[in-house]
Amino acid sequence: MSETGKKGASRRAVLGAGLAAGGAVAAGIARAQSADPLITDVQDWASSFGDAVDAAPYGTPIHFESHVVRRNVEWLTESPVSSINFTPIHALEGTITPQGCAFERHHSGAIELSKQDYRLMITGLVEQPLVFTYEDLTRFPRSITTAFCECAANGGMEWGGAQLEGCQFTQGMIHNMEYTGVPLRLLLEEAGVKPEGKWVYAEGADASSNGRSMPLEKAMDDVLVAFYANGEALRKEHGYPVRLVVPGFEGNMWVKWLRRIGVYDQAVESREETSKYTDLMPDGRARKWTWVMDAKSVITSPSPQAPIRHGKGPLVVTGLAWSGHGKITRVDVSLDGGVTWQEARLTGDVKSKALTRFHLDIDWDGSELFLQSRAVDETGYVQPTKNQLRDIRGLNNVYHNNGIQTWWVRADGEVENVEIA
Amino acid sequence: MSKSLKLLAGSALAASVLAGPAMAEKFGLGRAALPEEVAAWDIAVLPDGTGLPAGSGDVFTGDEVFAEKCASCHGDFAEGIDNWPVLAGGQGSLRDRRPVKTVGSYWPYLSTVFDYIHRSMPFGAAQTVSADEAYAITAFLLYSNGLVEDDFELSNENFTEIVLPNAEGFYADDRAETEYPVFSVAPCMSACREPVKVTKRAIDLNVTPEDPDGRPAGTLPDLTLAAAAPAEVAAEVAAEAAEATPEAAPAEVATADPALIEAGEKVFKKCKACHKVGEGAKNGTGPLLNGIVGRAAGTVEGFKYSKPMLAASEGGLVWSHEALAEFLANPKGYMKGTKMSFAGLKKPEEIDAVIAYLGSVGG
Repeated sequence: MSETGKKGASRRAVLGAGLAAGGAVAAGIARAQSADPLITDVQDWASSFGDAVDAAPYGTPIHFESHVVRRNVEWLTESPVSSINFTPIHALEGTITPQGCAFERHHSGAIELSKQDYRLMITGLVEQPLVFTYEDLTRFPRSITTAFCECAANGGMEWGGAQLEGCQFTQGMIHNMEYTGVPLRLLLEEAGVKPEGKWVYAEGADASSNGRSMPLEKAMDDVLVAFYANGEALRKEHGYPVRLVVPGFEGNMWVKWLRRIGVYDQAVESREETSKYTDLMPDGRARKWTWVMDAKSVITSPSPQAPIRHGKGPLVVTGLAWSGHGKITRVDVSLDGGVTWQEARLTGDVKSKALTRFHLDIDWDGSELFLQSRAVDETGYVQPTKNQLRDIRGLNNVYHNNGIQTWWVRADGEVENVEIA
Repeated sequence: MSKSLKLLAGSALAASVLAGPAMAEKFGLGRAALPEEVAAWDIAVLPDGTGLPAGSGDVFTGDEVFAEKCASCHGDFAEGIDNWPVLAGGQGSLRDRRPVKTVGSYWPYLSTVFDYIHRSMPFGAAQTVSADEAYAITAFLLYSNGLVEDDFELSNENFTEIVLPNAEGFYADDRAETEYPVFSVAPCMSACREPVKVTKRAIDLNVTPEDPDGRPAGTLPDLTLAAAAPAEVAAEVAAEAAEATPEAAPAEVATADPALIEAGEKVFKKCKACHKVGEGAKNGTGPLLNGIVGRAAGTVEGFKYSKPMLAASEGGLVWSHEALAEFLANPKGYMKGTKMSFAGLKKPEEIDAVIAYLGSVGG
């Protein structure tokens, strides 16, 4: 392209050097046909000033990354204040989800509640019902927990068959953050749980309240009343100033804008734990209290929104794995739709009930692939196929789809969401 | 911490020592919740009736309250408008390919119905339903589902006598017995299955949000193409913004009182479930309302209006301040057969405010 001779990177121009590299891999190291003007010409950024400090007192991603945003699927819900959007997991690496693009799920919109106006009440079967201010909460000993939060409906649209093009939409109702807060156990002990108290009900301050019940054992175990995420205050859309973190359990139980903890001798059986978030089985009965998110994984790249554009040769296959039962111990990847499998690398620290990153570095020969990943957790549970799940749960399930995802990589590097037989 | 609270905490500690597991150090943080505070927030109603407030309501009253406060989304007969929840019918459908999950067919406990109505409904105006109204709506829903006669009255006295048809339809998570053993076997590594055949392609459904180039929304940019320069991005954004800017803002913008607009925005919460306004807003259950003030009635593109609304449109109805005020005061009275099942705004000041607000979100 002649335009590449201009000073500065030209608009939309194909860089000759880059293009040549794609075609020359088979012969060994690539050879440029002409000198790269990005190297031989002095670029503006190498000569003049960039932004001064304070150009952005609180920084946002550079505009080149403007495609890395949450997105929703409008036809899914009737109202955007009772809706969900999806984390761009196809565009992220590592394991921590930045708050600004971590999926949102509201039942009555994201409310604005200040730290000054915040109150948390503990009621029910306790020795002393208590009210805490935000400041009170900051005076309890703190814990730090990294945990994934996955909506029970993640992948629900795929239950009947491949439907959406891209892991942002098929597996993106998930985020993973490092939380700081007070163990719920300490607050319950402060109020003194009576012996007959067996269930803990958490309720939000928003109009939906989104109340959910959990057994006392869980509440006393690893549940956190969190007020920091990834080192800073929670975002409004994630429950500022205080949310519940319930590691391993479905996202709906991570009550945002937490305002009341009620201790009862029975489950409250709220709307969100009866009419919703229950799993209709083939016999017409339904499972309830299906809180734990079973082991699951997905290849985030290549994927429909992250096609292979560099041609054959070295290819990094990467993805995420997680289990609500504990640590991921292994992830296998198949290039042929599950005929043969090879073990991927678990990269970085593996944490219990948190996202785990895996990589598999392959030499792609340019032929079509049926990419799959399969997670194994520390209990020995192996992520099932969608059909294995359907055999047990039938076709009317919506929640807890942890089936294996298949990406069809075409010879041209484009990727499709498919189901296979 | 007050002296009395310390005493209380002390006795609680003593009690919990006896109780066993709750033995723990106290920090003396927080304060005792006052009874009226507990009463204000602890309003959950449990399956055994715990938490039910005193009160009652009958089917007839429930029908009226439902029509006013619920029917705009759930339909006059609880049949659900568009994709809003269906609350009646569906019994016997739970094994069908398209099960209809309603209060009558699926919900296990009546307490859940009352609790949710009383705590979280109507959508966008939670906690505006009195206990008596919640009993009445609950009674109406029982009637809509064929579970009681039309002379039925529900109260805290007879509440727990009602058993919903699907009360026995739920069981606790059994995956540990039915799934985990099946899925916890050593995974196959080679020759695990026959070569694959594609049976379904998402691309055939064409329901994924798309970028302007037709690719799935958010597709990563091609790194072999030069990036768009900041100036170019800015120009694109500016061009889009220019397209979205209304050519002529309605007169109300210039004259309306900001406080009135703000009040109107609050009133508009009652409309929000069905109507959208603002940049990027689209038709919902009701038409998009950008620029509605001063606009010819029934002319929002892509919205399927009722026949009377289309007739009014042909007749030249324009949504002047006065016309909107009349319509909003009594939608069904103003236009018999309108799809808008909202009962209307009773207070003139609310009507003025919401029209001022709508005038401020030009189109």
